[in-house]
Amino acid sequence: MHFQGKAHKFGSDVNTDYIISGKYKFKTLDMKELARHVMEDLDPDFYSKVTPGDFIVAGANFGCGSSREQAPLAIKYADVSAVLAKSFARIFYRNAINTGLPVVECDTDQIDPGDELVVDLAAGIITNKTKGTTIPVKPLPGVMIKILNDGGLAPHFRKFGGFNFD
Amino acid sequence: MGQTIIEKILSAHSGQEAHAGDIVVARVDYVMGQDGTAPLAIRAFDEMGGTAVFDRGKAAFVIDHSAPSPNEGVSALHKLMREFAKEKGFRLYDIGEGVCHQLLPESGMVGPGSLVIGADSHTCTYGALNAFSTGVGSTDLAGGLISGQMWFKVPETIKFACHGQLPKGVFSKDLILRLIGDITADGATYLSAEFTGEAVAALSQEARFTIANMAIEMGAKAGLMEADEKTFDWLRRFTDQSFNSVSADPDAVYAGSREYDAARIEPQVARPHRVDNVCPVSEAAGKSIQQAVIGTCTNGRLEDLRIAAGILGGRKVHPDVRLIVAAASRRVFLDAMAEGIIQSLVEAGAAVVTPGCGPCVGTHNGVPSDGETVISTANRNFKGRMGNSNAEIYLASPATVAASAITGKIADPREFFK
Repeated sequence: MHFQGKAHKFGSDVNTDYIISGKYKFKTLDMKELARHVMEDLDPDFYSKVTPGDFIVAGANFGCGSSREQAPLAIKYADVSAVLAKSFARIFYRNAINTGLPVVECDTDQIDPGDELVVDLAAGIITNKTKGTTIPVKPLPGVMIKILNDGGLAPHFRKFGGFNFD
Repeated sequence: MGQTIIEKILSAHSGQEAHAGDIVVARVDYVMGQDGTAPLAIRAFDEMGGTAVFDRGKAAFVIDHSAPSPNEGVSALHKLMREFAKEKGFRLYDIGEGVCHQLLPESGMVGPGSLVIGADSHTCTYGALNAFSTGVGSTDLAGGLISGQMWFKVPETIKFACHGQLPKGVFSKDLILRLIGDITADGATYLSAEFTGEAVAALSQEARFTIANMAIEMGAKAGLMEADEKTFDWLRRFTDQSFNSVSADPDAVYAGSREYDAARIEPQVARPHRVDNVCPVSEAAGKSIQQAVIGTCTNGRLEDLRIAAGILGGRKVHPDVRLIVAAASRRVFLDAMAEGIIQSLVEAGAAVVTPGCGPCVGTHNGVPSDGETVISTANRNFKGRMGNSNAEIYLASPATVAASAITGKIADPREFFK
């Protein structure tokens, strides 16, 4: 998987309430509608700033808080191609893989707002075209690579009828 | 090689000796979803080609987060849940029955050694019953509903040894807030926390739930305690089922341990907008509040309401403060009525809302206005959590919230225990 776009930078401990507020997520299953409100409490104009393919780049503990799967889905439906962070909260991390949103653990201090990035997940390398540098990616656990390669947990279940990691 | 509590529970449910770092596919004893997560799980269930749930007696949906429904969008999703549960033949707890994390323990289906997944991050609450229970998302919930299994990376464990006794006016909420303040919001990410020591043993079963409930606020996958007679006495009120308690081996391997002297803990508050922004109440005292909330899966149990009524009884809520109370379940509500607790709270000026999540998650039941300050017994104070990003939320024990509701300012509850 290979993505190109610019960086939208956030700090540490971006929780799922900030990604998509509870006041919206209980009302609808229309993820395109939820996507309009993504990151709203941190940056009210975020949705309109995203060009398809762009990246959310954050500090540590991205996605902490509630288990709402609307969080990775709202990011995905806002046309963000991947989230890059120093670390992720575990439920968000599972939910992102299960729903097919790539999550990339790396040293995000080397990325500034607006930097043009190329993320090559297969090679495990991020190229910062603005700075002319490369950043290594922490590999995903094998189980998660299998789920991501199947397109998420739902296609994995459709294929195998249950969990199959052999 | 010795095992921690979570390694033993995952071993028993996966049929292999599990140690930290292993990936296991484990059998689950119960699967739960609530109205913020179940609708997406129903969609995932269909996408997975699911037809039936793995065991109709081991699954439940709970309508608690926006209950009763505040608008037609929510109503449509509630209807979807009711129809799905009816069609598949498993239990749905409808509006007014309570918060999922009170209802599952009251169902008698969860006890020592159980493995539970719930599509709600505070599913870690049942760790207080010596169960491994953890929050998952909607797609994992759908996978669990279909297969009765879940994959896990076996976590390392961090031990919190809490010695001594909490002083008068200081509660389990204060203890867990202090622990979270020290270790920070991601200090236990991917880890299982074990809470031990005589201070934990001295707590009632209800008070223990408050600690396990907030393990997720330090990033933990689970927050476990050993079972004792109090645990089994509590369970016997709800079930005849027998459970075998699970203890860590003396030579179990831990990722770390922290020691606390409970006698030195003061009442604590978490200041806006982070759960780990914790200080002694004295440092926040005097801050004016406009709303106070007593309830939620953290502190909506009978003992919590009893403590609040002990302070509020015969007094009045400050005229500039709205006090909102929600019992954690219908049973708690009924017990609190029988004991006169609800009478005391209402006479003091409380607005009592439907048993459930109350205003905690910002959908209804008390959304604060711009510039207002709320003090709540809930577990999260993120900006916008209660539905308005221009409001501030402080977190504290039921005693501190009750004392603050009377005073109109954040107040030290120990004044009321003299």
